Amino acid sequence: MKRTAPLLIAATVGFIIIVSSFIPYTESWGEDSMIWFDILAAVAFVLGGGNLLKMNLKKVSDRRPGWAYSAIIIAAFLITLTLGLLKVGTHPNEVFWNKPWSGDYIGEGSALWWIYEYLIYPLTSTMFAMLAFYIASAAFRAFRAKNMEASLLLGTAFIVLLGRTYAAIILTGWLPELAHDAEPSFFGQLWNGLRLEKLTETIMGVFNLAGSRAINIGIALGIASTSLKVLLGVDRSYLGTGED
Amino acid sequence: MYEFLKTLDRRWVFLLMFLAVATPILLKVTFPEKPSAMVMDVFQAIEGLPEGSKVLMAWDFDPASRGELEPMASAFTRHCAEKKLKMYYMALWPLAVPMIQDSIRILEREYPHLEYGRDYMNLGYKPGNEGVIKVVITNIRKLYTTDHYGTGVETIPMMSGVTSVQAMDLIINVSAGDPGTKQWVQYVATPFNKRMVAGATGVQAPQLYPYIPAQLVGILGAIKAAAEYEQAVIDGYPHLAKIATAKEGLRRMGPQLVGHVLVVLLVILANVIYFIGRRRGDTR
Repeated sequence: MKRTAPLLIAATVGFIIIVSSFIPYTESWGEDSMIWFDILAAVAFVLGGGNLLKMNLKKVSDRRPGWAYSAIIIAAFLITLTLGLLKVGTHPNEVFWNKPWSGDYIGEGSALWWIYEYLIYPLTSTMFAMLAFYIASAAFRAFRAKNMEASLLLGTAFIVLLGRTYAAIILTGWLPELAHDAEPSFFGQLWNGLRLEKLTETIMGVFNLAGSRAINIGIALGIASTSLKVLLGVDRSYLGTGED
Repeated sequence: MYEFLKTLDRRWVFLLMFLAVATPILLKVTFPEKPSAMVMDVFQAIEGLPEGSKVLMAWDFDPASRGELEPMASAFTRHCAEKKLKMYYMALWPLAVPMIQDSIRILEREYPHLEYGRDYMNLGYKPGNEGVIKVVITNIRKLYTTDHYGTGVETIPMMSGVTSVQAMDLIINVSAGDPGTKQWVQYVATPFNKRMVAGATGVQAPQLYPYIPAQLVGILGAIKAAAEYEQAVIDGYPHLAKIATAKEGLRRMGPQLVGHVLVVLLVILANVIYFIGRRRGDTR
């Protein structure tokens, strides 16, 4: 029963959503199913929060390597949760001046705004910005023209890197552009096509497009077959092993 | 010299990259941008809308990609405000709400004649990823009973007559991943034949090119396209050139140019060292 009930729910809801896309009469069934999903997604935050606490508390109590980071996670989680649940607002409130911390709890100056502005924003931006340093270092160490394939990749990377900046104009801006009001000649098209920004457009719009489209079609077919396996109960991996 | 370069400490590379990015920022170096055909397609999709058209502004990014995506989100906001379009902001990412608030601050500061609830509104964040899209495309009020600030949507004038996202004349999505442009294309633009334009990170944009032009009118890929779009908006509405924050994308092209040139030079240098080493029989 522990495994059969979830299987039946998944299969029923899954088929309802598929059917609702094809039969107008069943459209509202699909809508209701999706609203259940959205409610469950909100409940999943509670489950996720509980799981985060459980895993990190265990790490701290076992004094495993890096337990201090877990302690910081727990503290940050509990502080943010408390401020959100208590709706700690700005102070003083212009309307209810005798009620402390009762102003706007998500607007500028509130505790949650402060956490976002001075913790989340600088921390996540810093993490992303550091990529520039690691990419430069990795490119210097790993990008070698060892064979034909690597050389092609290297040449393509150079064209796109330069073609996506003003360097394209500095380096190949002297090549004539196509005139809009005249029939383009063969050489006119050739010179125009050799401009770095045009070469970049060709790489992105032809080679990259063909590869991306092929990958997307492959992924779509894979998703369709995997979804059918889940709905028919052939693939039950999402139910877990039952040991935990 | 050869030995020094072969075993170059990566901190030298970090220092060079720091200087490559910091110098153009400090010297305020900018370059002229010429909008590409793709950027002009995006521009025309908004420019061609009549005054009062409804536009869904789906902001699906967080502070990690703010540097790359905020300039295009701001440019979309300014362009829609200039065109006097009705803007409906919503988010599928919890940390995208402050991004929406940034856009709304632009409207409050630069377009004080526009009124919340009549010209623009913030529907806020809902959990459920593509599940949210699947619901709002058929019935927005089943999920959004209030706006982000808790006001009932039935009391908001610009929600009058809007029962689903199908009422929108255009969908503008700025996204840094999933859920984002791909899901909006799959569940809204394609099955309901809605016009849509998007802005995406440089990493994500190549995966979205296959949707153009049938399912997506156009896409702004990374800061380069954001700068070109800013230029297109400034060309169309020259008074925006006086606003420094309306040229954030253009400003960021300086560090991008020097950073890209540095990476190219580093790779060339690394390959020169590699070939010298190979000639010398150095297998280390």
